[in-house]
Amino acid sequence: MSEPVFTAESIPVLALGYRFQWEQAQNCNVLLYPEGMVKLNGAAGEILKRISEKKQSVADLISELKVAFDGADLDDDVYRFLEEAFNNDWIRPE
Amino acid sequence: MTGSDQNKAPGSIGSSIGNVRDQIRQPLWLLAELTYACPLQCPYCSNPMDFANVKNELTTEQWLDVFRQARAMGATQLGLSGGEPLTRPDLVELVTEARKMGFYTNLITSGLGMDASKVAELKEAGLDHIQVSFQASSEDLNNLIAGTDAFQHKIEMAKAVKANGYPMVLCFVTHRQNIEQMDEILELAISLEADYVELATTQYYGWAMHNRDQLLPLKEQLVEAEAIAHRYQEEQKGKMKIYYVVPDYYEERPKACMNGWGNVFLTVTPDGTALPCHAARELPGMTLPNVKDLSINEIWNGSEDFNKFRGFDWMTEPCRSCDEKEKDFGGCRCQAFMLTGDPTNTDPVCSKSPKHHLIEDALERGRLEAAKSVVDQQPLVFRNPKNSKRISGL
Repeated sequence: MSEPVFTAESIPVLALGYRFQWEQAQNCNVLLYPEGMVKLNGAAGEILKRISEKKQSVADLISELKVAFDGADLDDDVYRFLEEAFNNDWIRPE
Repeated sequence: MTGSDQNKAPGSIGSSIGNVRDQIRQPLWLLAELTYACPLQCPYCSNPMDFANVKNELTTEQWLDVFRQARAMGATQLGLSGGEPLTRPDLVELVTEARKMGFYTNLITSGLGMDASKVAELKEAGLDHIQVSFQASSEDLNNLIAGTDAFQHKIEMAKAVKANGYPMVLCFVTHRQNIEQMDEILELAISLEADYVELATTQYYGWAMHNRDQLLPLKEQLVEAEAIAHRYQEEQKGKMKIYYVVPDYYEERPKACMNGWGNVFLTVTPDGTALPCHAARELPGMTLPNVKDLSINEIWNGSEDFNKFRGFDWMTEPCRSCDEKEKDFGGCRCQAFMLTGDPTNTDPVCSKSPKHHLIEDALERGRLEAAKSVVDQQPLVFRNPKNSKRISGL
């Protein structure tokens, strides 16, 4: 495993050219990018929605998610997802 | 036509939307060929030979209606192409409205007719992505490398694209006359600080088919070009992403053309004709439904054209009983028709096709043509209204 890209202080932003939106016809959140689309599952949608709406640190993002999901222990899942999303070129640290 | 929308890079909608196949078919990708007007005369253009016959372009309101309908049916990607879309005076308005509808808007342009203020205006309108196609005919490319005005213009354009916060996506269409300049092409991309480079190969439809003997690359050119592309891919890792597409004439299996007929792609031509792909107008027996007469829903779901090659029942052997048919759908219908005379045949690119020799014959003809002295070679026929009328007997 290489060094993680995101720490508690890093601020994740959508990569250049990526756009997040709700797609009625797909009944899910999607990421749109040049000539492409990724359909997102529920958790990915919740995280990327927040990243696309407001610039904040990973720590703040996690606190916000905890409030929204009844204090669930989701730190590891969020970090794992961020690394994965980075490897897919969807997001980058600011 | 800038030629690149037919050459989808990996990771583009062709592959990512492939994952959505489980659902009902939706026209997820709308390619709006806004106009056939173009300041260029590329001999590899995929526009139909008789484009000069097309007179009445859709109006702004008619295009917006097409956008609205397609969007309601699930379309997310809108390609604004042509011809040169910048020749449409209502381009900014079309982008503004399309973006409001929620489309991801892609402008596919040669960059001719673009300047820094136009880029800014389009950005303001909400344009998501600009793909600049380099014509890269060898003369043009030489001009670029030699630093002529055109080159200066491209540099300025490229800077404006970046300054407005767009990723810079460059597309080069390669063929026999320019493929040996792969080094120069990639150095040019580096000097322009491109984020993505698509080394698209000419596909043989329309004008390119007419000029095929002059454009097909030779095997040894290809081997060399591929090696160069791969070297740059390694060197540029993390800086510039290079997509290299192998010409299908040199493949053993056909491309999964359009990700399946009438599956995700919808093309609307300048006069409102709806097509399952932009080359399909040339197939026999097409009814050519028009958005002026029918709704997109009627065309997509009900028309004879869009249902013609859906599923697998239309297939002939060897596709019909082939275990790879769900992977490539038998290849390209237009190529099957152009080369074998029957659009239900296996795309002859496939080595299982009994007509695969047609591809080998074409490569051999190209090789013979290339071996001729320059004076004996057939000249390239350039895409312009005069040649269009002459060849189509208009």
